[in-house]
Amino acid sequence: MDVAVVGIGIHPFGRTPSRSGLQQGAFAARAALADAGVAWRDMQFAFGGSASAGSADALVNELGLTGIPFINVANGCATGGSSLISAYNAIKSGEYEIGLVAGFDKHERGAFNADPEELGIGAWYGEVGMMMTTQFFAMKIQKYMHDYAISTDTLARVAEKSFINGSKNPNAWRREPIAVETIASSTMVNDPLTKFMFCSPSEGGVALVLCRADRARQYSDTPVYLKAATLKSRRFGSFEVFAPSQALVQVEGPTVDAAQAAFEMAGVGPRDIDVMQLQDTEVGAEIMHMAENGFCEHGEQEQLIQSGATHINGSMPVNTDGGCIANGEPIGASGLRQVYENVLQLRGQAEAHQVPGEPKLAYSHVYGAPGISAVTILAR
Amino acid sequence: MAQQVAIAEGLFSWPAAQPALLGSRCDDCGIVSFPATDACMACSGRSVRVEELPRQGTLWTWTIQRFMPKTPYNSGETPETFQPYGVGYVELPGGVRVEGRLTENDPSKLRIGMPMEVVFAPYRRDAAGNEVVSFFFRPLD
Repeated sequence: MDVAVVGIGIHPFGRTPSRSGLQQGAFAARAALADAGVAWRDMQFAFGGSASAGSADALVNELGLTGIPFINVANGCATGGSSLISAYNAIKSGEYEIGLVAGFDKHERGAFNADPEELGIGAWYGEVGMMMTTQFFAMKIQKYMHDYAISTDTLARVAEKSFINGSKNPNAWRREPIAVETIASSTMVNDPLTKFMFCSPSEGGVALVLCRADRARQYSDTPVYLKAATLKSRRFGSFEVFAPSQALVQVEGPTVDAAQAAFEMAGVGPRDIDVMQLQDTEVGAEIMHMAENGFCEHGEQEQLIQSGATHINGSMPVNTDGGCIANGEPIGASGLRQVYENVLQLRGQAEAHQVPGEPKLAYSHVYGAPGISAVTILAR
Repeated sequence: MAQQVAIAEGLFSWPAAQPALLGSRCDDCGIVSFPATDACMACSGRSVRVEELPRQGTLWTWTIQRFMPKTPYNSGETPETFQPYGVGYVELPGGVRVEGRLTENDPSKLRIGMPMEVVFAPYRRDAAGNEVVSFFFRPLD
Protein backbone atom coordinates (compact mmCIF):
# COMPACT_ATOMS: atom_id res chain seq x y z
CA MET A 1 0.00 0.00 0.00
CA ASP A 2 1.53 3.32 -1.07
CA VAL A 3 1.20 6.39 1.11
CA ALA A 4 0.35 9.99 0.20
CA VAL A 5 0.60 13.35 1.95
CA VAL A 6 -2.73 15.11 1.44
CA GLY A 7 -2.61 17.86 4.05
CA ILE A 8 0.12 20.14 5.39
CA GLY A 9 0.09 22.77 8.11
CA ILE A 10 2.71 24.93 9.77
CA HIS A 11 2.94 27.41 12.61
CA PRO A 12 5.56 30.04 11.78
CA PHE A 13 8.99 29.27 13.24
CA GLY A 14 10.86 31.65 15.51
CA ARG A 15 9.64 33.05 18.80
CA THR A 16 5.93 33.33 19.62
CA PRO A 17 5.63 34.38 23.27
CA SER A 18 1.83 34.40 23.08
CA ARG A 19 1.51 30.68 22.25
CA SER A 20 2.76 27.57 24.04
CA GLY A 21 4.52 24.90 22.02
CA LEU A 22 1.41 22.76 22.27
CA GLN A 23 -0.75 25.58 20.90
CA GLN A 24 1.66 25.98 18.00
CA GLY A 25 1.30 22.25 17.34
CA ALA A 26 -2.49 22.52 17.42
CA PHE A 27 -2.33 25.51 15.05
CA ALA A 28 -0.33 23.42 12.58
CA ALA A 29 -2.60 20.38 13.01
CA ARG A 30 -5.76 22.42 12.31
CA ALA A 31 -4.10 23.89 9.22
CA ALA A 32 -3.13 20.43 7.95
CA LEU A 33 -6.64 19.06 8.53
CA ALA A 34 -8.17 22.05 6.71
CA ASP A 35 -5.70 21.61 3.85
CA ALA A 36 -6.87 18.00 3.41
CA GLY A 37 -10.51 18.97 3.92
CA VAL A 38 -10.94 16.57 6.83
CA ALA A 39 -11.86 16.83 10.51
CA TRP A 40 -9.83 15.74 13.51
CA ARG A 41 -12.42 13.02 14.22
CA ASP A 42 -11.61 11.50 10.79
CA MET A 43 -8.05 10.76 11.92
CA GLN A 44 -7.58 7.07 12.73
CA PHE A 45 -4.18 7.45 14.39
CA ALA A 46 -1.53 10.03 15.20
CA PHE A 47 2.20 10.10 15.84
CA GLY A 48 3.86 13.16 17.27
CA GLY A 49 6.87 14.49 19.07
CA SER A 50 8.10 17.38 21.18
CA ALA A 51 11.38 17.54 23.09
CA SER A 52 10.82 20.56 25.35
CA ALA A 53 7.15 21.53 25.07
CA GLY A 54 5.36 18.68 26.79
CA SER A 55 3.80 15.47 25.53
CA ALA A 56 2.74 15.57 21.90
CA ASP A 57 -0.34 13.49 22.68
CA ALA A 58 -1.62 16.37 24.84
CA LEU A 59 -2.68 17.75 21.44
CA VAL A 60 -5.91 15.82 22.01
CA ASN A 61 -6.79 18.37 24.70
CA GLU A 62 -6.61 21.08 22.05
CA LEU A 63 -8.08 19.18 19.11
CA GLY A 64 -10.73 17.05 20.83
CA LEU A 65 -10.97 13.79 22.74
CA THR A 66 -11.91 11.32 20.03
CA GLY A 67 -10.31 8.16 21.44
CA ILE A 68 -7.59 8.29 18.78
CA PRO A 69 -4.49 6.13 19.35
CA PHE A 70 -1.81 8.85 19.65
CA ILE A 71 1.77 7.65 20.07
CA ASN A 72 4.54 9.95 21.32
CA VAL A 73 7.84 9.78 19.45
CA ALA A 74 11.17 10.95 20.88
CA ASN A 75 14.25 10.59 18.69
CA GLY A 76 16.26 13.77 19.11
CA CYS A 77 16.57 15.87 15.97
CA ALA A 78 15.16 12.92 13.99
CA THR A 79 11.88 13.01 15.95
CA GLY A 80 9.83 14.36 13.03
CA GLY A 81 11.36 11.91 10.59
CA SER A 82 10.70 9.07 13.02
CA SER A 83 7.04 10.09 13.45
CA LEU A 84 6.67 10.17 9.70
CA ILE A 85 8.18 6.69 9.28
CA SER A 86 5.87 5.37 11.98
CA ALA A 87 2.83 6.80 10.19
CA TYR A 88 4.10 5.58 6.84
CA ASN A 89 4.41 2.04 8.17
CA ALA A 90 1.03 2.21 9.89
CA ILE A 91 -0.68 2.98 6.57
CA LYS A 92 1.55 0.72 4.48
CA SER A 93 0.64 -2.21 6.71
CA GLY A 94 -2.99 -1.79 5.69
CA GLU A 95 -4.05 -1.24 9.30
CA TYR A 96 -5.09 2.39 8.83
CA GLU A 97 -6.33 4.56 5.97
CA ILE A 98 -5.64 8.08 7.20
CA GLY A 99 -3.82 9.69 10.11
CA LEU A 100 -1.89 12.69 11.39
CA VAL A 101 1.77 13.34 12.10
CA ALA A 102 2.59 16.35 14.25
CA GLY A 103 5.68 17.92 15.75
CA PHE A 104 6.14 21.06 17.77
CA ASP A 105 8.57 22.58 20.22
CA LYS A 106 9.50 25.61 22.24
CA HIS A 107 13.08 25.79 23.52
CA GLU A 108 14.75 28.27 25.80
CA ARG A 109 17.44 30.49 24.34
CA GLY A 110 21.02 29.34 23.94
CA ALA A 111 22.63 26.05 23.02
CA PHE A 112 21.00 22.79 24.07
CA ASN A 113 22.30 21.35 27.33
CA ALA A 114 21.96 17.60 27.11
CA ASP A 115 22.44 15.28 30.09
CA PRO A 116 25.22 12.74 29.39
CA GLU A 117 23.76 10.19 31.80
CA GLU A 118 20.56 9.98 29.76
CA LEU A 119 22.72 8.69 26.90
CA GLY A 120 24.70 6.26 29.03
CA ILE A 121 27.77 8.52 29.23
CA GLY A 122 29.39 9.39 32.56
CA ALA A 123 28.54 12.69 34.27
CA TRP A 124 32.22 13.69 33.96
CA TYR A 125 31.73 14.17 30.20
CA GLY A 126 29.30 17.01 30.83
CA GLU A 127 31.22 18.45 33.78
CA VAL A 128 34.34 19.02 31.69
CA GLY A 129 32.31 20.69 28.94
CA MET A 130 32.22 18.12 26.15
CA MET A 131 28.45 17.44 26.10
CA MET A 132 28.07 20.04 23.37
CA THR A 133 26.59 19.35 19.94
CA THR A 134 28.28 22.50 18.63
CA GLN A 135 31.73 21.07 19.37
CA PHE A 136 30.99 17.91 17.44
CA PHE A 137 29.85 19.78 14.35
CA ALA A 138 32.87 22.08 14.57
CA MET A 139 35.30 19.19 14.90
CA LYS A 140 33.66 17.24 12.09
CA ILE A 141 33.86 20.13 9.60
CA GLN A 142 37.36 21.03 10.84
CA LYS A 143 38.54 17.54 9.89
CA TYR A 144 36.52 17.63 6.66
CA MET A 145 38.01 20.99 5.57
CA HIS A 146 41.47 19.55 6.23
CA ASP A 147 40.78 16.37 4.24
CA TYR A 148 38.79 17.85 1.33
CA ALA A 149 40.04 21.45 1.00
CA ILE A 150 36.80 23.25 1.83
CA SER A 151 37.45 26.98 2.41
CA THR A 152 36.17 29.18 5.23
CA ASP A 153 34.57 31.41 2.59
CA THR A 154 32.46 28.45 1.47
CA LEU A 155 31.25 28.03 5.06
CA ALA A 156 29.99 31.61 5.02
CA ARG A 157 28.43 31.18 1.55
CA VAL A 158 26.17 28.43 2.90
CA ALA A 159 24.74 30.68 5.62
CA GLU A 160 24.43 33.56 3.14
CA LYS A 161 22.19 31.34 0.99
CA SER A 162 20.18 30.17 4.04
CA PHE A 163 19.30 33.76 4.96
CA ILE A 164 18.46 34.66 1.35
CA ASN A 165 16.06 31.72 1.23
CA GLY A 166 14.68 32.59 4.66
CA SER A 167 13.93 36.10 3.44
CA LYS A 168 11.64 34.57 0.79
CA ASN A 169 9.77 32.32 3.22
CA PRO A 170 6.99 33.96 5.27
CA ASN A 171 7.18 31.18 7.89
CA ALA A 172 10.93 31.51 8.52
CA TRP A 173 12.42 33.02 11.66
CA ARG A 174 15.40 34.85 10.10
CA ARG A 175 13.95 36.86 7.24
CA GLU A 176 16.76 39.28 6.45
CA PRO A 177 19.68 38.52 4.12
CA ILE A 178 23.06 38.83 5.88
CA ALA A 179 26.21 39.79 3.99
CA VAL A 180 28.78 37.05 3.61
CA GLU A 181 31.44 39.26 5.23
CA THR A 182 29.19 39.79 8.28
CA ILE A 183 28.66 36.03 8.60
CA ALA A 184 32.39 35.31 8.34
CA SER A 185 33.36 37.99 10.85
CA SER A 186 30.62 37.39 13.43
CA THR A 187 31.62 36.03 16.85
CA MET A 188 33.56 32.78 16.69
CA VAL A 189 31.53 30.14 18.58
CA ASN A 190 33.36 26.87 17.97
CA ASP A 191 36.24 27.20 15.52
CA PRO A 192 35.85 27.28 12.52
CA LEU A 193 32.14 28.13 12.96
CA THR A 194 30.87 31.62 13.74
CA LYS A 195 27.58 32.67 15.32
CA PHE A 196 25.72 33.20 12.03
CA MET A 197 26.83 29.79 10.76
CA PHE A 198 24.80 27.97 13.42
CA CYS A 199 21.07 27.40 13.78
CA SER A 200 19.55 28.20 17.15
CA PRO A 201 16.93 26.36 19.19
CA SER A 202 13.58 27.99 18.38
CA GLU A 203 9.82 27.37 18.32
CA GLY A 204 7.31 26.16 15.80
CA GLY A 205 4.92 23.42 14.77
CA VAL A 206 4.24 21.31 11.68
CA ALA A 207 1.58 18.71 10.93
CA LEU A 208 0.88 16.43 7.99
CA VAL A 209 -2.16 14.36 7.03
CA LEU A 210 -1.17 11.04 5.45
CA CYS A 211 -3.47 8.54 3.76
CA ARG A 212 -3.53 5.47 1.54
CA ALA A 213 -2.35 6.49 -1.90
CA ASP A 214 -5.42 5.03 -3.59
CA ARG A 215 -7.64 7.40 -1.59
CA ALA A 216 -5.42 10.47 -2.01
CA ARG A 217 -7.47 12.15 -4.75
CA GLN A 218 -10.45 12.11 -2.41
CA TYR A 219 -8.65 14.65 -0.21
CA SER A 220 -6.30 16.55 -2.47
CA ASP A 221 -6.01 17.65 -6.10
CA THR A 222 -2.24 17.73 -5.63
CA PRO A 223 -1.31 14.64 -3.60
CA VAL A 224 2.35 13.99 -2.99
CA TYR A 225 3.52 10.40 -2.60
CA LEU A 226 6.00 9.07 -0.07
CA LYS A 227 8.32 6.94 -2.17
CA ALA A 228 10.69 6.18 0.70
CA ALA A 229 11.07 6.77 4.42
CA THR A 230 14.10 5.33 6.19
CA LEU A 231 15.81 5.65 9.56
CA LYS A 232 19.24 4.36 10.56
CA SER A 233 21.30 4.55 13.73
CA ARG A 234 25.09 4.60 13.85
CA ARG A 235 27.26 1.59 13.19
CA PHE A 236 30.47 0.94 15.07
CA GLY A 237 33.20 3.22 13.74
CA SER A 238 31.10 6.12 12.48
CA PHE A 239 32.04 9.56 13.85
CA GLU A 240 29.09 10.87 15.83
CA VAL A 241 28.02 13.49 18.32
CA PHE A 242 28.42 12.75 22.05
CA ALA A 243 31.18 10.17 21.60
CA PRO A 244 33.93 10.11 24.27
CA SER A 245 35.99 8.10 21.81
CA GLN A 246 36.13 7.22 18.15
CA ALA A 247 37.30 3.96 16.58
CA LEU A 248 40.59 4.04 14.68
CA VAL A 249 38.88 2.64 11.59
CA GLN A 250 36.06 4.91 10.47
CA VAL A 251 32.96 3.63 8.66
CA GLU A 252 30.16 5.51 6.89
CA GLY A 253 27.67 7.23 9.18
CA PRO A 254 23.90 6.76 9.50
CA THR A 255 23.23 9.44 6.87
CA VAL A 256 24.99 7.41 4.19
CA ASP A 257 23.14 4.29 5.28
CA ALA A 258 19.71 5.97 5.44
CA ALA A 259 20.26 7.65 2.06
CA GLN A 260 21.25 4.44 0.32
CA ALA A 261 18.28 2.60 1.79
CA ALA A 262 15.92 5.41 0.72
CA PHE A 263 17.19 5.52 -2.87
CA GLU A 264 16.84 1.75 -3.07
CA MET A 265 13.31 1.87 -1.66
CA ALA A 266 12.25 4.64 -4.06
CA GLY A 267 14.01 3.12 -7.07
CA VAL A 268 15.66 6.44 -7.94
CA GLY A 269 19.14 7.91 -7.65
CA PRO A 270 20.59 11.18 -6.35
CA ARG A 271 20.65 12.69 -9.86
CA ASP A 272 16.88 12.29 -10.15
CA ILE A 273 16.21 14.56 -7.15
CA ASP A 274 15.04 18.09 -8.04
CA VAL A 275 15.04 19.75 -4.61
CA MET A 276 16.55 18.72 -1.27
CA GLN A 277 16.29 19.65 2.38
CA LEU A 278 19.41 18.52 4.27
CA GLN A 279 20.04 18.79 8.01
CA ASP A 280 21.91 22.06 8.48
CA THR A 281 22.46 22.31 12.20
CA GLU A 282 25.25 24.56 11.00
CA VAL A 283 26.89 25.26 7.65
CA GLY A 284 29.37 22.39 7.94
CA ALA A 285 26.55 19.90 8.32
CA GLU A 286 24.92 21.11 5.09
CA ILE A 287 28.23 20.81 3.23
CA MET A 288 29.05 17.33 4.50
CA HIS A 289 25.48 16.08 4.15
CA MET A 290 25.48 17.00 0.44
CA ALA A 291 28.11 14.31 -0.11
CA GLU A 292 26.94 11.87 2.56
CA ASN A 293 23.49 11.77 0.97
CA GLY A 294 25.07 11.03 -2.41
CA PHE A 295 24.48 14.35 -4.20
CA CYS A 296 28.16 15.01 -4.91
CA GLU A 297 31.64 13.65 -4.25
CA HIS A 298 33.52 14.68 -1.10
CA GLY A 299 35.24 17.98 -1.84
CA GLU A 300 33.04 18.88 -4.82
CA GLN A 301 31.01 21.14 -2.53
CA GLU A 302 33.64 23.85 -2.74
CA GLN A 303 32.99 24.41 -6.43
CA LEU A 304 29.24 23.70 -6.25
CA ILE A 305 28.60 26.21 -3.46
CA GLN A 306 30.91 28.88 -4.88
CA SER A 307 29.13 28.59 -8.24
CA GLY A 308 25.68 28.97 -6.68
CA ALA A 309 24.49 25.44 -7.52
CA THR A 310 22.71 25.07 -4.16
CA HIS A 311 20.64 28.25 -4.56
CA ILE A 312 16.91 28.05 -5.39
CA ASN A 313 17.59 28.54 -9.10
CA GLY A 314 20.73 26.38 -9.10
CA SER A 315 21.23 22.84 -10.36
CA MET A 316 20.79 21.27 -6.89
CA PRO A 317 18.69 23.53 -4.66
CA VAL A 318 19.38 22.84 -0.96
CA ASN A 319 17.25 24.03 1.97
CA THR A 320 14.94 26.17 -0.11
CA ASP A 321 12.97 27.42 2.92
CA GLY A 322 16.13 28.65 4.65
CA GLY A 323 16.75 25.38 6.50
CA CYS A 324 17.50 25.18 10.19
CA ILE A 325 19.84 28.15 9.89
CA ALA A 326 17.00 30.54 8.95
CA ASN A 327 14.20 28.70 10.75
CA GLY A 328 15.93 27.67 13.94
CA GLU A 329 15.43 24.22 15.32
CA PRO A 330 12.35 23.31 17.32
CA ILE A 331 13.41 19.67 17.67
CA GLY A 332 9.98 18.05 17.39
CA ALA A 333 8.95 20.08 14.34
CA SER A 334 12.20 20.47 12.42
CA GLY A 335 12.20 17.29 10.32
CA LEU A 336 8.54 17.78 9.43
CA ARG A 337 9.28 21.34 8.29
CA GLN A 338 11.51 19.85 5.61
CA VAL A 339 8.66 17.65 4.40
CA TYR A 340 6.24 20.59 4.52
CA GLU A 341 8.63 22.54 2.30
CA ASN A 342 9.05 19.64 -0.11
CA VAL A 343 5.27 19.24 -0.46
CA LEU A 344 4.97 22.97 -1.22
CA GLN A 345 7.73 22.63 -3.83
CA LEU A 346 6.13 19.59 -5.51
CA ARG A 347 2.72 21.28 -5.53
CA GLY A 348 4.29 24.37 -7.05
CA GLN A 349 3.02 26.48 -4.13
CA ALA A 350 6.31 27.72 -2.66
CA GLU A 351 5.90 31.16 -4.28
CA ALA A 352 9.00 33.31 -3.73
CA HIS A 353 11.10 30.26 -2.74
CA GLN A 354 9.70 27.97 -5.47
CA VAL A 355 12.39 26.17 -7.46
CA PRO A 356 11.85 26.52 -11.22
CA GLY A 357 11.06 23.70 -13.62
CA GLU A 358 8.16 21.94 -11.86
CA PRO A 359 10.13 19.63 -9.55
CA LYS A 360 8.99 16.02 -9.49
CA LEU A 361 11.15 14.44 -6.77
CA ALA A 362 12.08 15.97 -3.42
CA TYR A 363 14.41 14.69 -0.72
CA SER A 364 14.60 15.37 3.01
CA HIS A 365 17.26 14.35 5.52
CA VAL A 366 17.61 14.84 9.26
CA TYR A 367 20.49 13.98 11.55
CA GLY A 368 20.29 13.80 15.31
CA ALA A 369 22.07 12.77 18.47
CA PRO A 370 23.53 10.33 19.24
CA GLY A 371 23.97 9.35 15.60
CA ILE A 372 20.68 8.75 13.83
CA SER A 373 19.49 9.81 10.43
CA ALA A 374 16.12 9.77 8.69
CA VAL A 375 15.46 10.28 4.98
CA THR A 376 12.27 10.69 2.97
CA ILE A 377 11.77 10.89 -0.78
CA LEU A 378 8.57 12.48 -2.04
CA ALA A 379 7.16 12.45 -5.57
CA ARG A 380 4.22 14.22 -7.14
CA MET B 1 42.94 17.77 54.61
CA ALA B 2 42.30 18.49 50.94
CA GLN B 3 43.13 15.62 48.62
CA GLN B 4 43.24 14.97 44.92
CA VAL B 5 40.35 12.85 43.66
CA ALA B 6 39.67 11.55 40.15
CA ILE B 7 36.73 13.13 38.31
CA ALA B 8 35.30 9.64 37.66
CA GLU B 9 36.10 6.14 38.82
CA GLY B 10 37.75 3.94 36.19
CA LEU B 11 38.43 6.70 33.63
CA PHE B 12 42.18 6.66 34.34
CA SER B 13 44.43 4.99 36.88
CA TRP B 14 44.44 7.18 40.00
CA PRO B 15 46.26 7.53 42.27
CA ALA B 16 49.22 6.14 40.38
CA ALA B 17 52.90 6.94 39.94
CA GLN B 18 52.36 7.04 36.17
CA PRO B 19 48.64 7.51 35.60
CA ALA B 20 47.13 6.45 32.27
CA LEU B 21 43.74 6.51 30.56
CA LEU B 22 41.94 3.18 30.91
CA GLY B 23 40.21 1.48 27.99
CA SER B 24 38.78 -1.97 27.50
CA ARG B 25 39.96 -4.33 24.78
CA CYS B 26 37.65 -6.99 23.44
CA ASP B 27 39.07 -10.52 23.62
CA ASP B 28 37.09 -11.52 20.54
CA CYS B 29 37.69 -8.69 18.05
CA GLY B 30 40.53 -6.70 19.65
CA ILE B 31 38.66 -3.38 19.49
CA VAL B 32 39.42 -0.86 22.26
CA SER B 33 36.69 1.22 23.90
CA PHE B 34 37.09 4.36 25.99
CA PRO B 35 35.84 4.68 28.67
CA ALA B 36 36.11 0.98 29.51
CA THR B 37 32.85 -0.91 28.95
CA ASP B 38 31.70 -4.35 29.99
CA ALA B 39 30.50 -5.24 26.48
CA CYS B 40 32.19 -4.59 23.14
CA MET B 41 30.38 -1.97 21.04
CA ALA B 42 31.90 -3.39 17.87
CA CYS B 43 30.97 -7.08 18.16
CA SER B 44 28.68 -7.23 21.25
CA GLY B 45 31.22 -9.57 22.91
CA ARG B 46 31.14 -9.74 26.71
CA SER B 47 34.74 -10.78 27.25
CA VAL B 48 36.70 -7.54 27.66
CA ARG B 49 39.86 -6.60 29.55
CA VAL B 50 40.78 -3.21 30.98
CA GLU B 51 44.17 -1.89 29.82
CA GLU B 52 46.17 1.31 30.00
CA LEU B 53 46.00 3.38 26.80
CA PRO B 54 49.13 4.90 25.20
CA ARG B 55 50.08 8.29 26.66
CA GLN B 56 51.05 9.86 23.34
CA GLY B 57 49.28 10.24 20.03
CA THR B 58 48.33 12.71 17.31
CA LEU B 59 45.60 15.34 17.07
CA TRP B 60 42.82 14.00 14.79
CA THR B 61 40.54 17.04 14.93
CA TRP B 62 39.86 19.94 17.29
CA THR B 63 37.84 23.06 18.08
CA ILE B 64 37.82 25.85 20.66
CA GLN B 65 34.81 26.15 22.96
CA ARG B 66 34.34 29.93 23.03
CA PHE B 67 31.23 30.29 25.18
CA MET B 68 30.60 28.91 28.65
CA PRO B 69 28.37 25.83 28.41
CA LYS B 70 25.26 25.55 30.58
CA THR B 71 24.91 22.93 33.32
CA PRO B 72 26.02 20.09 33.47
CA TYR B 73 29.26 22.05 32.78
CA ASN B 74 30.90 22.31 36.19
CA SER B 75 34.35 23.89 36.20
CA GLY B 76 34.01 26.23 39.15
CA GLU B 77 34.17 29.15 36.69
CA THR B 78 31.68 32.00 36.49
CA PRO B 79 30.67 33.77 33.28
CA GLU B 80 33.19 36.45 34.32
CA THR B 81 36.10 34.07 34.86
CA PHE B 82 35.32 31.65 32.00
CA GLN B 83 38.26 30.92 29.72
CA PRO B 84 37.71 29.39 26.26
CA TYR B 85 39.11 25.88 26.05
CA GLY B 86 40.26 23.54 23.33
CA VAL B 87 38.61 20.17 22.70
CA GLY B 88 39.92 17.51 20.38
CA TYR B 89 40.19 13.86 19.50
CA VAL B 90 43.66 12.41 19.94
CA GLU B 91 44.52 9.24 18.08
CA LEU B 92 46.34 6.88 20.43
CA PRO B 93 48.13 4.35 18.22
CA GLY B 94 46.95 0.78 18.59
CA GLY B 95 44.11 1.97 20.77
CA VAL B 96 41.37 4.42 20.01
CA ARG B 97 40.80 8.15 19.38
CA VAL B 98 39.95 9.77 22.71
CA GLU B 99 38.05 13.04 23.05
CA GLY B 100 39.44 15.36 25.66
CA ARG B 101 40.01 18.93 26.68
CA LEU B 102 43.23 20.44 25.42
CA THR B 103 45.65 22.50 27.50
CA GLU B 104 45.90 24.87 24.52
CA ASN B 105 43.13 27.31 23.53
CA ASP B 106 45.00 29.29 20.87
CA PRO B 107 43.85 28.05 17.44
CA SER B 108 47.10 29.18 15.83
CA LYS B 109 48.97 26.64 17.97
CA LEU B 110 46.80 23.67 17.01
CA ARG B 111 46.94 21.66 13.81
CA ILE B 112 45.60 18.30 12.75
CA GLY B 113 48.30 15.64 12.95
CA MET B 114 50.44 17.32 15.62
CA PRO B 115 51.85 15.13 18.42
CA MET B 116 50.02 15.26 21.76
CA GLU B 117 50.34 13.64 25.17
CA VAL B 118 47.85 13.04 27.95
CA VAL B 119 48.31 14.87 31.26
CA PHE B 120 46.37 14.69 34.49
CA ALA B 121 45.72 17.92 36.36
CA PRO B 122 43.33 19.55 38.85
CA TYR B 123 40.15 20.72 37.12
CA ARG B 124 38.09 22.21 39.95
CA ARG B 125 37.50 21.87 43.68
CA ASP B 126 34.62 19.83 45.09
CA ALA B 127 32.41 20.84 48.04
CA ALA B 128 34.84 19.25 50.51
CA GLY B 129 37.71 21.30 49.11
CA ASN B 130 39.35 18.37 47.31
CA GLU B 131 41.04 18.94 43.98
CA VAL B 132 39.11 17.11 41.27
CA VAL B 133 41.60 15.73 38.74
CA SER B 134 40.73 15.23 35.08
CA PHE B 135 42.69 14.38 31.92
CA PHE B 136 43.85 16.83 29.25
CA PHE B 137 45.85 16.58 26.04
CA ARG B 138 48.92 18.79 25.66
CA PRO B 139 50.67 19.62 22.40
CA LEU B 140 54.18 18.17 22.25
CA ASP B 141 55.69 20.72 19.87
